Amino acid sequence: MSLSARARLLLRLATFGGLAVIYVPLLVVLVNSFNPSKTFGWPPSGFTTQWWSRAASNPGAREALLTSVEIALAATALALVLGSMAAFAVARYRWFGRETVSFLVVLPIALPGIVTGIALNSAFSAGGVALGFLTVVVGHATFCIVVVYNNVLARLRRTGTTLEEASADLGASTLQTFLHVTFPQLRGALLAGGLLAFALSFDEIVVTQFTISAGLQTLPIWIFANLFRPNQAPVVNVVAAALVVASVIPVYLANRLSEGNGGGRI
Amino acid sequence: MTTSTPTAEGLPGRPSAAVRASSFLHRHPRLRLAGLLSAPMLWLVVAYLGSLAVMFVTAFWRLDTGGFVAVLDRTPSLQNFTELLTEDVYRRVALRTLGIAAVVTVVDTLVALPMAFYMAKVASPRTRKVLVALVLTPLWASYLVKAYAWRTMLAEDGVVNWALGPVGGRGPGFGVAATAITLGYLWLPYMILPVFAGLERIPDSLLEASGDLGGTAGRTFRSVVLPLLFPSIVAGSIFTFSLTLGDYIAVKIVGGSTQMFANVIYDNIGVAGNLPFAAAAAVFPVVAILLYLALVRRTGALDNL
Repeated sequence: MSLSARARLLLRLATFGGLAVIYVPLLVVLVNSFNPSKTFGWPPSGFTTQWWSRAASNPGAREALLTSVEIALAATALALVLGSMAAFAVARYRWFGRETVSFLVVLPIALPGIVTGIALNSAFSAGGVALGFLTVVVGHATFCIVVVYNNVLARLRRTGTTLEEASADLGASTLQTFLHVTFPQLRGALLAGGLLAFALSFDEIVVTQFTISAGLQTLPIWIFANLFRPNQAPVVNVVAAALVVASVIPVYLANRLSEGNGGGRI
Repeated sequence: MTTSTPTAEGLPGRPSAAVRASSFLHRHPRLRLAGLLSAPMLWLVVAYLGSLAVMFVTAFWRLDTGGFVAVLDRTPSLQNFTELLTEDVYRRVALRTLGIAAVVTVVDTLVALPMAFYMAKVASPRTRKVLVALVLTPLWASYLVKAYAWRTMLAEDGVVNWALGPVGGRGPGFGVAATAITLGYLWLPYMILPVFAGLERIPDSLLEASGDLGGTAGRTFRSVVLPLLFPSIVAGSIFTFSLTLGDYIAVKIVGGSTQMFANVIYDNIGVAGNLPFAAAAAVFPVVAILLYLALVRRTGALDNL
């Protein structure tokens, strides 16, 4: 489209202005983690790394980080199995009710987290299930299934069945075909879906709050519990800054993945 | 596809159990389908839909707090719902939440449109890739960290007051405005991405045709781009709307004493321990979102999600 120079300039300004709004708050968190003042007024009064070393040895934060990783790994593993099974059933078979699977799978993430949280909480309390590590994993896996499902389904639809048929014609058993033909084709989709599932679980706070026991803390729960305590502010700042830095890792990995094989979908 | 199964009699040695099982499954596709579906359906239908059903039933129970000990009364009644619908405080909170959701949606659309347009139609392919990555990256940053970032931005001695100070301005402080800003910030990528995808689907030739026929850039945008883009904008608004209705964390971080509707749900579980009332309150955002989805269904937005 032929745009006047002024229109182009305005669009460029709006775009970079928007990006500035997106990134300035994150940069402020990063800078503040080196701010020696305990009230974290702006501008910073100097430069210190003492909060980083204090945070690194903070037992609460470290334990919460470990719990978060364990829960995210377990939920991702469950989501990978369940999401792939559902995707196979939808992509490779015709059956009554096939259309509703996509809806059913997306429901836990389409409804607000608080609804999923309350629903699971009511069910656990009605069934007499004590809240704890496993109930959080169940809650997280429920809304993580969709990202694996979407990735695997898109891949299965794109690859079709010709290679699998060729493998069967050449005498391979179903199991051999799966291990040597189907699975390698899916690896990228499984990685992308698993990465998203891990990130979703790692970041989740709402569903976690409704499914976790009082003694257990994931990292988001720990941050939220310490957010309003002035003497914990330095450590919270550092954890927040570390998470901002860490968010580059999945972007890098997703980029690497998409270069090889078509990219992931949310 | 036909296979000469090596399991025929006369071949030396018996195939392993795994091979026999897999060729048995190969001959019975229905059984394979049932096997594939069993676990996910057990999980999603029995566990998840079952939980939603339990929540729905719980909403009709009552927590009787009249005595010394709260007693759960399981006779179905509409009392929770009547209370939610008739008491002023809940109506005010509900209207405030809907208002914030509307403001967030409009602001995000206004910010997303020029950014997405620049990315999709003006920037060079290389710049476009970088810009998409820059918009996507904050999606991976923690939700809590982003809300916390706005707490440090809008604090009394925060960046906003520091930046506006020299020109005599002040930030909004913690409250409704801060909540709207933070939620708008949190959901902005969810609006940019569908709008960007929608713009990419509009062929450049259409815009050129409009220009050739004498349409100015503004006219082309209004008469060609916007109508084609409407389903994508609605798709983005489903995210901004639904996410705002369910949020009670951001408002606690930057909202001061402001309450959103989801706080009603959360506080009844946490402090009051009144699960039936919370469950009844949780029905409202679900109904609101289903109504919204039904309303926008005809725009074709659901295919743009």
